[in-house]
Amino acid sequence: MRRLQWGYLFVAFAFIYLPVASLVLFSFKDGSLPLPPFEGPTLRWYAEVFGDRRLMAALGHSLMVAVGSSLTACVLGFLAAYGLARHVLPGSVWLRGLLIAPMTVSYLIVGLGLLIVFNQLGIGLSLWAAGIGHVVINLPLCFAIIYASMGAQQQNIERAARDLGAGEVRVITQVTVPMLAPAILAAFFLAMTLSWDEFVIAFLLTRFEVTLPVEIWSLLRSGLSSKTNAIGSIVFLGSAAIVLLLELFIFGRRRP
Amino acid sequence: MTAPITIESLCHDFQDFRALSDIALEIDAGEYIVLLGPSGCGKTTLLSILGGFIVPSRGAVKIGGRDMTGVAPAKRPTTTMFQDYALFPHMTLRDNVAFGLRMRGMARRERHARAERLLELVGLHGDAGKRPHELSGGQRQRVALARALAVEPDVLLLDEPLGALDLKLRRSMQDELKSLQREFGTTFIHVTHDQEEAMAIADRIVVMNRGRIEDVGPPERVYQQPASLFAANFMGETNRLPATRGPQGLETPFGHLAAPQAPSGDGPFTVCLRPEQIRSGTDGWSLGSARVGDSAFFGTHFRCHLHCDDDAETTLIAHLPPEVQPRPGARLTLSVDPARLTIFAAEGAAP
Amino acid sequence: MAISSTLRGWGFVTPALLWTLAFFVAPFAIMLAMSLATLEGRELIWGFDLANYRRLFGQSFLAGAIVVSLQITLTVTLVSILLAYPLAWIIAFRVPPRWQRLVLLLAILPFWTSYVVRSYSWLLVLSREGIVNKALMSLGVIAEPLQMASTRFATVTGFVHFFVMLLTLTIFANLVQLSPNYRRAATDLGASGWQAFRHVILPLTLPGIMVGAFLTFVLCIGDYITPQILGGNNELTVPQVIMVQLGRRGDFPLAAALSIVLMGLVSLAYLASARWLRLDRV
Repeated sequence: MRRLQWGYLFVAFAFIYLPVASLVLFSFKDGSLPLPPFEGPTLRWYAEVFGDRRLMAALGHSLMVAVGSSLTACVLGFLAAYGLARHVLPGSVWLRGLLIAPMTVSYLIVGLGLLIVFNQLGIGLSLWAAGIGHVVINLPLCFAIIYASMGAQQQNIERAARDLGAGEVRVITQVTVPMLAPAILAAFFLAMTLSWDEFVIAFLLTRFEVTLPVEIWSLLRSGLSSKTNAIGSIVFLGSAAIVLLLELFIFGRRRP
Repeated sequence: MTAPITIESLCHDFQDFRALSDIALEIDAGEYIVLLGPSGCGKTTLLSILGGFIVPSRGAVKIGGRDMTGVAPAKRPTTTMFQDYALFPHMTLRDNVAFGLRMRGMARRERHARAERLLELVGLHGDAGKRPHELSGGQRQRVALARALAVEPDVLLLDEPLGALDLKLRRSMQDELKSLQREFGTTFIHVTHDQEEAMAIADRIVVMNRGRIEDVGPPERVYQQPASLFAANFMGETNRLPATRGPQGLETPFGHLAAPQAPSGDGPFTVCLRPEQIRSGTDGWSLGSARVGDSAFFGTHFRCHLHCDDDAETTLIAHLPPEVQPRPGARLTLSVDPARLTIFAAEGAAP
Repeated sequence: MAISSTLRGWGFVTPALLWTLAFFVAPFAIMLAMSLATLEGRELIWGFDLANYRRLFGQSFLAGAIVVSLQITLTVTLVSILLAYPLAWIIAFRVPPRWQRLVLLLAILPFWTSYVVRSYSWLLVLSREGIVNKALMSLGVIAEPLQMASTRFATVTGFVHFFVMLLTLTIFANLVQLSPNYRRAATDLGASGWQAFRHVILPLTLPGIMVGAFLTFVLCIGDYITPQILGGNNELTVPQVIMVQLGRRGDFPLAAALSIVLMGLVSLAYLASARWLRLDRV
């Protein structure tokens, strides 16, 4: 029975890593198509990627949009969580529901809705528009994560600070935020991940300056090429490295 | 229904931590045994081994004469009542209690009838259709008990069952556990760190510390004549006086003490006297006079700090009867019956 | 002071609230209105016209897309749960505690490939000259390469690949926060490993599974990329049709109506799993 279970683990991992392994492997292939048999290895596709100005620009755009929208989502989410958790508001159940609602709506619909609005208002499409869309999808997440960690224990600590004479703003900046740092960071990190990789909203709401997923999509439109493998591998290995490092040295360390 | 237990040379290690050293114990069928000790003493590890959840590194466990050392929990004639009760939240009380019977293949009508009878026995008549989250802590505990007893085990293992209850509830549950045990006749093994609870309920107490057994015996004997200094300290408050062997018996801060019960050797020794053994008066071995420091009324007695004239360094804690009226600042003459003192070799000295 | 507290509370909540109203609720309302509008040539006529919806359910092409989406999504949800649960279980109960987080992380690491790129890599793997076909042929299992890419099979595979990782994460989180005493109590009372799972563990994790299933449903049914890359041209899903209406024909009203229908499907799924979903309990 045990053997069966370890066997399943192995097969599952093989399934999970099959496309990624293939992706990375054929990014080094010296040939026209990223398909077997393997010839090479070569770094020429990576050179092409780094030399592709549009691609590199898109990478920068993705980063900007991700950081900007995640920061905004975290700030708004934190304020809303604080307001709802620490002050008694009428209809707070509805408020919470409203703030969470966008999580259950397909990104396509969020993007389409914004596209229609921007079109009607005559506002042009741009990275800002995509950023706005990303805040819409990340705000519920940040709110939920931070709200869930504002429990009674935290409230007592804040009360103690108030008791010692600190005003509310002081309490927030010097007590609440540091105390909730793990949750806020987790929310920020999650929002960054979602925004960085998000395609549909960025596709609908940008025109000339695009994000990385949109640019990769254009690449795909022009046919199969190992260049796509290269940029995919860079994104994967880069993110995976960051995640592994974070886990090994920060989040993982908390266990005794 | 019931069975005796034999534990032979039991040792268990977790990685490089020795949890149990050389545990040996004989338990009769139908006994109520309490494993008593501070956190980390190994009592829960021992219980887990008896329950089959841990296989010991060395040694053997025999239940009813059969070797059960490596047998899985499902196949053992034991059931465990867990500290958090572990009632299945998605099942009714009836289904919870009947679970073990269902695993044995009992038909629905019969096992439901059995379950309801057991629920009635623990005082939850009529609640069979409820879910655990609808009950209070004390009620949940009874359901856990009913569930454990439903399969008619030979041995029932209880892991700190009363820890989550408030004092009054704890007292009444102690009585109930005792009477249930008498009724079923099952061997009960109960783990706790509360010595009062142990004394209230046990046929025999097993005092444990750091993986070893310090003392085994009926509550009265363990309290009044503890086998080790640790057991003496753990079973209740005790005053400790240093002593050495002298020409006239033991030399203590209060003078000579003829003490035939002292261990052999020159000492140093520790003399233990319990707070309630200290009397006002001159009957017995004299402790000289003392000034009352703080004094708190406990209903049946005053608990006082006594600063002794003979030994400025020692403050005695005494339980004095209300008639003595020990007010702070008052002076008293103290004495104790020397036969009731227990004397041990001092810690760190050779035994 | 009490009034002031409420006011201040509103002060904190307002920014997020305004953003949600302005950039989510309002666009949604406008989209709803748009779905009731019509397109005459290139002119947009606002009004209350159910023409778009009639077309949706009348034209077999459009209605067919709804059926396709539902079929694919339900299949993906079921298969992903069936594959992810054992994986999560093994990591939670068979892998030594020290290594659990790391193994889990490794199991979901491909999450961090770009979504677009991941679907593309399945295209490579499943293509006629791809690894799977080459391997099957060299093993002698098949003589001719199989048509796997650009089929529903490829779409489902691509989805399942993604959602198995997601569900493994959520189910694992669910499994480890179960008190270990439940399983111990069950075996203590005579249950075998399988019985303990069936009668105790499975029912207790069912809420978590339903949450994961709902999430899978929502993400899958609204996804454009995977079916577009892997699905081929024989059938389209609702998101694909929406994009077609937008791109080629600029038919915003029809696209809007399709989106509303999509929302409707999601709402149905929500109602079906609402028991387990208590979203008010954030």
